Amino acid sequence: MSGGLLLAQGEPIIPDFGEGSDCVVENRFFCPDWVRDNWAGVIQPALLQHVKLVVIAVAIGFVLSFAAALVAHRYRLVEAPFTAFSAVVYTIPSLALFQLLVPVTGLTVTTVEIALVGYTLLILFRNTLEGLRSVPPDVLEAARGMGYTRGQTLWRVELPLAVPAMFAGLRVAVVSTIALATVAALVIPYGLGYPIFLALREAFKTEIVVAGGLAVLMALVADALLVAAQRALTPWASARRLA
Amino acid sequence: MSGAAAEIVFDRVTKRYPGRAEAAVSDLSLTVPAGEICCLVGPSGAGKTTAMKLVNRLIDFEEGDITIGGESVRSLDLTELRRGIGYVIQQVGLFPHMTVAENISTVPRLRGWEKGRTRLRVDELLDLVDLPAEDYRARFPSQLSGGERQRVGLARALAADPPAMLMDEPFGALDPITRARLQHELLRIQGAVRKTIIFVTHDIDEAILLADRIAILREGGVLAQYDTPARILEHPADDFVERFIGSDRGIKLLSLRRLDELELAPLDGAIDLRASGDTTMRDALSQMITHGSRSLVVVDSEGQPRGVVTLDALAALAE
Ligand SMILES: Nc1ncnc2c1ncn2[C@@H]1O[C@H](COP(=O)(O)OP(=O)(O)OP(=O)(O)O)[C@@H](O)[C@H]1O
Ligand SMILES: [Mg+2]
Repeated sequence: MSGGLLLAQGEPIIPDFGEGSDCVVENRFFCPDWVRDNWAGVIQPALLQHVKLVVIAVAIGFVLSFAAALVAHRYRLVEAPFTAFSAVVYTIPSLALFQLLVPVTGLTVTTVEIALVGYTLLILFRNTLEGLRSVPPDVLEAARGMGYTRGQTLWRVELPLAVPAMFAGLRVAVVSTIALATVAALVIPYGLGYPIFLALREAFKTEIVVAGGLAVLMALVADALLVAAQRALTPWASARRLA
Repeated sequence: MSGAAAEIVFDRVTKRYPGRAEAAVSDLSLTVPAGEICCLVGPSGAGKTTAMKLVNRLIDFEEGDITIGGESVRSLDLTELRRGIGYVIQQVGLFPHMTVAENISTVPRLRGWEKGRTRLRVDELLDLVDLPAEDYRARFPSQLSGGERQRVGLARALAADPPAMLMDEPFGALDPITRARLQHELLRIQGAVRKTIIFVTHDIDEAILLADRIAILREGGVLAQYDTPARILEHPADDFVERFIGSDRGIKLLSLRRLDELELAPLDGAIDLRASGDTTMRDALSQMITHGSRSLVVVDSEGQPRGVVTLDALAALAE
């Protein structure tokens, strides 16, 4: 199987915006009528695909990093190798990573997800581990002195106290994955990246603006949701001294 | 283990940290009778904390034995042992993510108490440490002052009604006024709950105030003297103890005694200074010196004069 990346097929194309409103024909910056006509057929499916890509990637990335962080918290030896692995993955350019994966997993969503998951590992692993380690020594001492077992200390003290650090990692991971997931279109016609690529070839402004804008909006909304979730989960972290 | 206080016995306990030539605790034998406060004092590095942590086996030891209520700490399950001993440390170590009520109910929850019983207990304890339950129950530790945190720490240690308590310089980080208030509060609470308490401090005045018995440790965790505060002040065992308790031991002795113990001289003429019978002799002396007076009137609870204490009478006590 040769790397049939979309860009590689791209021949220079003479812009042809076909039948459409004046706005579309003149390729103005933003044409609401085009968005209305193409919402159900193009934009909305791409948006939903994008959400799915990101949610699955971050969820799997989180589970993997979380498990690795728990193991590294217990056995320090594990920390360095996992950090090194996830750091190496993190530094591979996405184009190169796709090229590496396509021969194995093909031009599929799986290929994209594997890459996206890979990019979340470093930040999620480091933050979870730092969070687990940030518990003040006197708190651990009190837990031990009162007869918490090691497991109880982990689940009832260390993990709850690591939640703010974990959320800090999740916020970075989600926002960067939303941006990164647009390159999925290099592999498959999927997500918000696909309309952007099509529009790029034709320099069709409205589609680029809408798809790009939706990606930015999605990042903002996701971040706000995460902040709200963290506030709800860790009321103690935002509690300040009463008067 | 819970409920009635239990005797704690150290029987020839030695603790050596790996890789260290000198023992941190050397051949320590002492008995803390049930319901008493034993203060472990001594210079820094004398092994006070180490000796205390051997009791709930936060530090393990091989030589000798420690029993609580007749049971060797080594024969008990580790978590059960610790849940049965209240534990208070200087940095308090409240769980930042739990409310005051959740912090206090830590051990009851570990022991599976039902919710209603736990809630009643929390309110009872907040009341005991003088923090109004409605106001404090739902606060987080970040919303408390240092003194309030230490009160909550004390309540948490008392929650499951343990027969014994370990306290490591619990008031060491507080300002003098808050410390004095909490010391008296501890005495009041101890009057009500009667626990066997091992209390580590390097403040000899704190030990004199709180302890039924004081154990003075010297470098290497060697027991220099173990006795009541009065007997240690009256008869220090050696130079080390004498130096440790300070050159003002005469004054310290006065802090252990109250004006009630004195035979009062009859009233004569006008004396401005007044004090109640439960004033310590040290405070009475201080008042006389502050006001340049050689005597002071002792009054009863209604404020009626009962008699006079003189400087000479206090000085004569030393004989
Ligand atoms: N974990 C440890 N490993 C090795 N040595 C230790 C350890 N903990 C304490 N020590 C040593 O044991 C001795 C006694 O220490 P300990 O903490 O019991 O003293 P302390 O009387 O509580 O002192 P302080 O008043 O400063 O708290 C010291 O010499 C200390 O350096
Ligand atoms: Mg100490």
